[in-house]
Amino acid sequence: MIRTGLIGVGKMGISHLAILGAHPRVKVVAACDSATYATSALRRRTGLDTFKDHRKMIDSAGLDCVFVATPTATHFEAASYALERGLHVFVEKPLCLDPSQSQSLSDLARAKGRANQVGYHNRFIGTFREARRLVQAGALGDVYRVSGSAFGQVVIRPKTGMTWRSKSSEGGGCLHDYASHVVDLMNFVVGPPERVLAATLRRIYSKDVEDAVYATFLYPGGASGQLETNWSDATYRKMTTQIAVYGTRGKILADRQECKVFLRAGAEFEQYPADWTIRYITDLQEPVAFYLRGEEYSAQIDSFVDAVERATPEHENSFASASETDRVISAIAKAAQERSQ
Amino acid sequence: MMHRILFGDNQFFGVNHMSEEKARAQAMQFRDTASIMGVLDYAYDVGIKVFMCTTYDRVGDIAEIVRDNPVRYPDFEFYPCMPYAHKYANSVGEVGALETIRRFAPGGIVETLIRGAVSAATQDLEKLMQLLVDAEMKRFAGVRTPVIFVQNVVTDLLLGLGLHDMLAAFDRYIREKYLAEAGFITMNLPLLVDTLERVGVRNPIVCANINKIGFRMSGGIEAYRDVLRSGRCRPIAMSILASGAIPPREAIEWVCGLEGLESVVFGASSPRNILQTKQLIERAWGVEAAPSVG
Repeated sequence: MIRTGLIGVGKMGISHLAILGAHPRVKVVAACDSATYATSALRRRTGLDTFKDHRKMIDSAGLDCVFVATPTATHFEAASYALERGLHVFVEKPLCLDPSQSQSLSDLARAKGRANQVGYHNRFIGTFREARRLVQAGALGDVYRVSGSAFGQVVIRPKTGMTWRSKSSEGGGCLHDYASHVVDLMNFVVGPPERVLAATLRRIYSKDVEDAVYATFLYPGGASGQLETNWSDATYRKMTTQIAVYGTRGKILADRQECKVFLRAGAEFEQYPADWTIRYITDLQEPVAFYLRGEEYSAQIDSFVDAVERATPEHENSFASASETDRVISAIAKAAQERSQ
Repeated sequence: MMHRILFGDNQFFGVNHMSEEKARAQAMQFRDTASIMGVLDYAYDVGIKVFMCTTYDRVGDIAEIVRDNPVRYPDFEFYPCMPYAHKYANSVGEVGALETIRRFAPGGIVETLIRGAVSAATQDLEKLMQLLVDAEMKRFAGVRTPVIFVQNVVTDLLLGLGLHDMLAAFDRYIREKYLAEAGFITMNLPLLVDTLERVGVRNPIVCANINKIGFRMSGGIEAYRDVLRSGRCRPIAMSILASGAIPPREAIEWVCGLEGLESVVFGASSPRNILQTKQLIERAWGVEAAPSVG
């Protein structure tokens, strides 16, 4: 049994805790949060050891691994403390606000030989995995265009900052929250861009952070990319993420439900004939042993548990790929700043 | 006795597990309550008396129409499913957990939680659940709600967190306060039924994805068959078409052939699909089809 602890009993922390709690190869032994109202009920009802200070938990709970689900600004400290003490570490996305910190966490995990994963769950959705597989296999020919988007209704009215998600210093805002998912997905499917050509961070209702992000990328080889995210769009019931990839032989449109593939005549690939093929999540997603909110949340934990058991730093969604994502996020912020000056 | 054919609500509220585009088109089609009522009326008139619905704000308008027209809807029943989780999740993202509780559960519960006396914390959790249930149930005042469900995201969260007493507490509260039966929607049926039995909830009403291809049937299709066959719960099948991955006739014949299945819930937006689905289910169950309405 893998002994695990949780740092940060917020929205994502609780979700991880539930999936871990049902995992047959994991024993959740401790949880930690600065707010005791979150931990006291858990301790009382589930017998979990609870802490206010994550260092104390890491030092005393006899853990194999930790899940870090605190505000982004605190990830570096918590993750490096855990890695230094030989634990395997899963960190919520994005990894760090400063990409050089992400890189050094990645180096540290490698040096220590510990599993190191980031919660970019789109990488575990069957439709997006199929899109990546087809692109990497060359089914689309030369890719000349990729566009990624995410829309949802997180902030749909003016308000004063009440949580860390509305404070830029702690890693709040649409760039680190929504756009990070899209950047990571685009990196996953076509590889990271070489440069961010231009970007706009747009406030709509928030005071301290952007509610929308628009950016243009240039890829090695000359392909162009477009990112559009907006968490203040009330027409979306929940976060909705899409990617479109255009190549000389065809194109792919993918979201959480569908992977739609168009191939030109003469460009047939494996079971994909010319013209449109639509494949659904029902056909592309592996089942999970315990389901909460989506297979991807369980699948990413399965993948991490597997890496912990093998004690390997080399696996899907590692700090290394999340560092690439942080590098692009930082370049978007910089391009937007240059533009506004 | 629970009704055997229940009408679902996903099609009205932009929920489509197969296609985002279709979900958006449906959200536009059903932007006003009258267009939803048109479909519900048809379903009701062909003999589907139960509307199993998430507790969206707009469901309150539908409940009001039913309440105000007892002659038109003498035996219309709601099976409310709570909560509408995205409402809470979006709010937690926006204003935080405590402020969200303040928003939806009036009466100083947050202050009690913050004071955080450990001995009080467990009772507070139960109290909080009761306040949230009451807030959700307000919109159903004066209409029939013989079965009240907790949505899968909450059921399965409590299941995973090990807060199993809360599932029993929900069951108790629904019986005592609303004189109704509690229902549990889940994506992990075998695990849920075992767990409910351990906390003393016997023969519960449960609702889960049950379909021929095993889509979102965690624990596997055979474990589901076993639970159904065992008679330890009263199961309702949802997502019987696996979001459209299985042709209707094939899907329905398979589901209705399962030993131990009590009811089926399905959603549709056209009269033709409603009637066709209902007739397929009745035929598969060997029930005499109800006459169609003109």
